[in-house]
Amino acid sequence: MVSTAKDPVLAVLSLSGGNDGLNTVIPLNSSLYRDFRPTLGVPEDQIIPITDELGFHPTMAPLKKFWDAGQLAIFVGIGYPTPSYSHFRSMDIWHTCEPEIIGTEGWLGRATKLMDPNAENVLTAVNFGRGLPRALVMDGVPVASVGNLETYGLLTGIDGEDQRNSALDVFGRMYAPAIGSGAVMDYIHSTGTDALKGADILATAPDKYTSNVEYSGTVVGQYMRNIVQTHLAEFGTRVLYTTSPYNGFDSHANQAQANAGLWTDVSNTVETFFTDLRDHNASDNVTLLLFSEFGRRVADNGSGTDHGAAGVAFAVGEHVKGGIYGTYPSLEPSEQEFGGNLKFNLDFRSVYSTILEDWFGMEPEPIVNGNFERVKFFN
Amino acid sequence: MADQDIALVAHLLRRAGFGASRDDIEAAAAKGYDTVVQELLNPSGGVDEDLLMRYNPSYHEAAAIEVNTQLWLYRMVNSPSQLQEKVALFWHMIFCAGHSKIDSGQEMGIMVNMFRDHGMGSFRDLLVGLSTNPGMMYYLDNTESHKANLNENYGRELLELFSLGVGMDESFNYSEDDVKVCARAFTGWNVAPSYPPFPHGRSPWNFRFDPADHDHTEKTFLGETGPWNGDDIIDIICRQPATARFLARHLYNFFVADEPQIPAWRLTPPRDIEAIKALEKTYFESNYNIGAMLETLFTSEFFKDEAVRYAKVKNPAEMVAGLLRMVGEHRDIRPGLFEISQEPKYMGMDLLNPPTVEGWHTGREWIDSGTLVERINFAADLLGNTDLPGVRSLVSRLQAQGDLTPEQLVDGCLDLTGPLVVTGDTHAQLVAHAQGEGAVSAADGANFTRRAGEMFQMIAATAEFQFE
Repeated sequence: MVSTAKDPVLAVLSLSGGNDGLNTVIPLNSSLYRDFRPTLGVPEDQIIPITDELGFHPTMAPLKKFWDAGQLAIFVGIGYPTPSYSHFRSMDIWHTCEPEIIGTEGWLGRATKLMDPNAENVLTAVNFGRGLPRALVMDGVPVASVGNLETYGLLTGIDGEDQRNSALDVFGRMYAPAIGSGAVMDYIHSTGTDALKGADILATAPDKYTSNVEYSGTVVGQYMRNIVQTHLAEFGTRVLYTTSPYNGFDSHANQAQANAGLWTDVSNTVETFFTDLRDHNASDNVTLLLFSEFGRRVADNGSGTDHGAAGVAFAVGEHVKGGIYGTYPSLEPSEQEFGGNLKFNLDFRSVYSTILEDWFGMEPEPIVNGNFERVKFFN
Repeated sequence: MADQDIALVAHLLRRAGFGASRDDIEAAAAKGYDTVVQELLNPSGGVDEDLLMRYNPSYHEAAAIEVNTQLWLYRMVNSPSQLQEKVALFWHMIFCAGHSKIDSGQEMGIMVNMFRDHGMGSFRDLLVGLSTNPGMMYYLDNTESHKANLNENYGRELLELFSLGVGMDESFNYSEDDVKVCARAFTGWNVAPSYPPFPHGRSPWNFRFDPADHDHTEKTFLGETGPWNGDDIIDIICRQPATARFLARHLYNFFVADEPQIPAWRLTPPRDIEAIKALEKTYFESNYNIGAMLETLFTSEFFKDEAVRYAKVKNPAEMVAGLLRMVGEHRDIRPGLFEISQEPKYMGMDLLNPPTVEGWHTGREWIDSGTLVERINFAADLLGNTDLPGVRSLVSRLQAQGDLTPEQLVDGCLDLTGPLVVTGDTHAQLVAHAQGEGAVSAADGANFTRRAGEMFQMIAATAEFQFE
């Protein structure tokens, strides 16, 4: 297990929609790439080389700095057997580690449960964004889900501190554990109790924060800033999660322009995020994971790419051992997955297992539902 | 009028619409349940569109998404044809297309208009309307699917998410080959003029079938072979038992009680198989008529059953529109509609912009600690605002009952905000809270109003208020 001065923290940025791995980490000097990507192929001279065989999309220069510093792990050919081409289903598979049945527990929900079995800290895991990703769902695990960190609180419309405190007092008693009133009601009671506890703590985070860096005004930029604010406030938060908006990476059409914008923002935001953490001397115990639910079809469709199978993922951090993990999938037609997709060779659960074991010091098998080969990407 | 009649009609109006003020609930109960069902099933027109546009000329054919969201919320709150508006929401939550990609609020508005116009008619007509809706064709890339360069997106989602569903009774409803064939059949189903209509500004898109770009060859779809075009595919889809099952489960899930999440449907049987079978039977007997299925549903014992009342978690649109109707806010054209139309988004439901083509996770998944905070704060602020006409009316009704003990105050407020049924524990806490200041005198109007308002506020903050 990696040694950090403070408890290790995982930040996750989920790239919703199925990012085109083939145009993110691009094979160099590949005639097959040229053949399959007549419209979307990035010109050779614009690719940012990272190894003799692979290069970054031109918008990813900020990430190249992490690569050069040896702090960027790149997972290629990442996926799982029998790929699902449904966003919803594939994302659920990544969230729950259950490719066969419909899982209801998230891997980070389970991990949070192990970190804080009695839910003593309602802020052990915090999500930024609307709706809780299934990765964080686990019975008995409170997860604060914050749409707007600046205005977070309960019954904030009640004037007068005494009146509000009195109302919050009643609220606390009304949401005490209910017995025998059904699973959904029980869930709402515990959620209300947790919200009450978490809200007033979280509301203090923005006030404690000062910074010299500026994040982009996008949803990704603002939520990554919120992650840093929460981390710096030292509430004991170990899992910080956010998702890029609206299936944004679902690039069936007009991909060249859309993905350039998305990757410019993601790359810049990752750099800003770590600069901010370093400026506050708070980067040592943070690892950032970026993933997407699937990659995309090898052949472009003239304007974009359809749902595919294996893709790419990244881990960034000072304890990350930079390198390429997994084998870049062959573009040879005979080597492609059914329907013209890249075939996976690195199971995402291997990456999760490594994070759980080497970063969090946990036994991964019960969390990821099996024993997966570790990818030794931590120093 | 018996309290149980009021409770039943209130249940109907919450599910088949966006609830109602207490006055309107009692008026409906006086007409009788079956009469109200028939009125709901036979839309009598919407809001006064001319007046709406006269007050807000910029709303006319507006491209801005915010305007279209406001217009829809206004219609949810004010349309006399409540079921029609609720059904439009039902389809929007299944036939998901989002502004984030379509980038034209007007096209989103046009899509919802289509759901409003066809949502209670033949499912076949609805699927044709969907497959010729320019926004949907663009959202799911059918505009990028060509005879020579197939794009499977619409073909797949039509089967997986819009009609058959992945599977039922543990088997699969279609194969990967069916997906490809479906996509081939819809080649040439396109949009004219090409998008975006720059540099001349926006104009509504029009559907156009391009025979030259259509794959006319023979295809085998779900075992049937022919030179299928898109409408043939829709015919075949409509004949499938899987489609009846898919619609029955969706209707049950939306109008009766929360089902498991949709991806689980292949393996997880329906919660009430008899109810589903009754709806499936009506689907085929009525020649795929959604209105007929709704009539079966609302007149059934499984719908009227007390066990399903307040058993569904309100979705954010229901929470917001339902509260506005209850408290009598935005019942006419006034400023502030923009701010209030953003509330469902804060509660996790960005109307006209679902997170993915699969839509929102519903039921208890509407609730997390973030969205619960938003819901409670919004509800408590509105229901505790005794300046609003609907709340004033509730206070007057309460005051007419004379001096109230703490328990009578709680029971009176619960009755008027539903009637809402709460657990014994919640009831005890509300009574204890009311006891803090003791009995309330009807003679002291200002104090009575304050006490009632504070009680409404606490009721809005209960876990029970999250249900409908």
